[in-house]
Amino acid sequence: MDTYSLLRQIADSWVLIAMFAFFVGVILFVLRPGSTKTYRDVADIPFRHEDKPAHTGGRPEEA
Amino acid sequence: MLNYIKLIALGLITLLAMIGANYARDLAYQVNALTVALVAAGMFLWTLRNTGETVAYRDVSGEYMDGVVRAGVIATALWGVVGFLVGVTIAFQLAFPVLNFEWAQGYLNFGKLRPLHTSAVIFAFGGNALIATSFYVVQRTSAARLWGGNLAWFVFWGFQLVIVLAATGYILGATQSKEYAEPEWYVDWWLTIVWVAYLAVFMGTIIKRKEPHIYVANWFYLSFIITVAMLHLVNNLSIPVSIFGSKSVQVFSGVQDAMTQWWYGHNAVGFFLTAGFLGMMYYFVPKQAERPVFSYKLSIIHFWALIFIYIWAGPHHLHYTALPDWASTLGMVFSIVLWMPSWGGMINGLMTLSGAWDKLRTDPIIRMMVISVGFYGMSTFEGPMMSIRAVNSLSHYTDWTIGHVHSGALGWNGMITFGALYFLVPKLWNRERIYSLSLVSWHFWLATIGIILYAASMWVTGIMEGLMWREVDANGFLVNSFADTVAAKFPMYVVRGLGGVLFLLGAVIMCYNLYMTVKRSPAVEAKNHMVPAE
Repeated sequence: MDTYSLLRQIADSWVLIAMFAFFVGVILFVLRPGSTKTYRDVADIPFRHEDKPAHTGGRPEEA
Repeated sequence: MLNYIKLIALGLITLLAMIGANYARDLAYQVNALTVALVAAGMFLWTLRNTGETVAYRDVSGEYMDGVVRAGVIATALWGVVGFLVGVTIAFQLAFPVLNFEWAQGYLNFGKLRPLHTSAVIFAFGGNALIATSFYVVQRTSAARLWGGNLAWFVFWGFQLVIVLAATGYILGATQSKEYAEPEWYVDWWLTIVWVAYLAVFMGTIIKRKEPHIYVANWFYLSFIITVAMLHLVNNLSIPVSIFGSKSVQVFSGVQDAMTQWWYGHNAVGFFLTAGFLGMMYYFVPKQAERPVFSYKLSIIHFWALIFIYIWAGPHHLHYTALPDWASTLGMVFSIVLWMPSWGGMINGLMTLSGAWDKLRTDPIIRMMVISVGFYGMSTFEGPMMSIRAVNSLSHYTDWTIGHVHSGALGWNGMITFGALYFLVPKLWNRERIYSLSLVSWHFWLATIGIILYAASMWVTGIMEGLMWREVDANGFLVNSFADTVAAKFPMYVVRGLGGVLFLLGAVIMCYNLYMTVKRSPAVEAKNHMVPAE
């Protein structure tokens, strides 16, 4: 079998299944029990560190 | 020590660029080589002046790196005005061909200025907006300073060099004739280096983040950076004819080349103008509305659905061509499926305001962001519809396509960027608020009416054009010549140009307002400050 047909066959079967399964997996993962609490917390990330990084002190850098 | 290495490298680059300019086979290459030589020589002198000086080290790990974001904001505003101005110019060149001046023939005629306009607004305006906001957002949502120190500055200035080389190249005739990928091989190579540095800065910051979770906006930004890298590399596979000339030859040919080009072209829309700007939406809309995104779950599903579907939509640009039917059907089907994640994202952005809709009355900045998300919804409805083969047979090659692109680019990309700029400038320059809210309102209405004039005139003229082209008489002969459609389009061309003028005027007002914010707006008072006794 030439390379094109071989790759095409793999893409049309196993890779297609793998990608579709990953996609469905993501949706199921997002909807898992208990996720609402986690996501309510992480949705607040933009409101936490407006002015400076979380951790201070460290290597000096060239100013 | 590092300075000596820099000096050697910059000296070598200057020398090589001058050798290149000397042996140049064409004018575009020569001018570009001289530009590179000039930049490298200038940097050489600058580095030389600073070599051996004592450097004051200061601990900056406790603050964000905002200098590069400030520069990015200025570049975004200025390139925006330049890009819109060129757009207005070419709109009037179409309406009044006499504006293709005889003395500027071959340099400033429509054919030369059109790619200048598209690249200026997409890559110079949009690209700078994406780089600046991504650097701002990734720091705030990772609670970490940008990784890589001055590498972020390299990304910023390197990208400006790409813009200047590409723009001068276009005017002087260096193009590989691929839409939105016009720059020739050496600009492509340089952009690749800059882009890898960009990815490193962005990834580095995410890796050293202090927030355990990677906020959804960063997912969108990261997918934009990675996908654009992949698209850029594959679509620009070309072999230079000479290392001293700008001309290169594509590796692909025929329909493979066309398919690669539109796989690139549509994903430039999908990942540059959509995913990247969605990153902006997921940060700036919640910030301006002062409430978290409507549904974080939906935002994750939005992300993965968009990523998985967009990449397949390209073939809808090649209906009724040599492309096999199965491929264009695939592109069409995926384009229609894409409607769902797009609208999911739109709903998520709009519903973020639920419980805060009253802000629309008082805050023109949030109004700008909301109308931007509205235009996102509108153009992601129009796009899938136009990708249907039967609709496409009417709309393709007409100005309907141009109208569609501009309702997305001006409405969605432009408005969300303006909103982000109005949000960023007071924060970055430590000002209490924007200089004038009523000027923001003026900008909002000028831009909105401008877009409506633009899109509506292009719908009318596009559908008219499509119908005129396909009209046949009783004997099966075509009724209209091409020139008949051009004549019939004149009034709509004028309306479109006027819409562009309004949009440009709004952007100029914005620049004035942002400038005055930095100059005149009161500074934020430091917390816990002592009141001096007078």
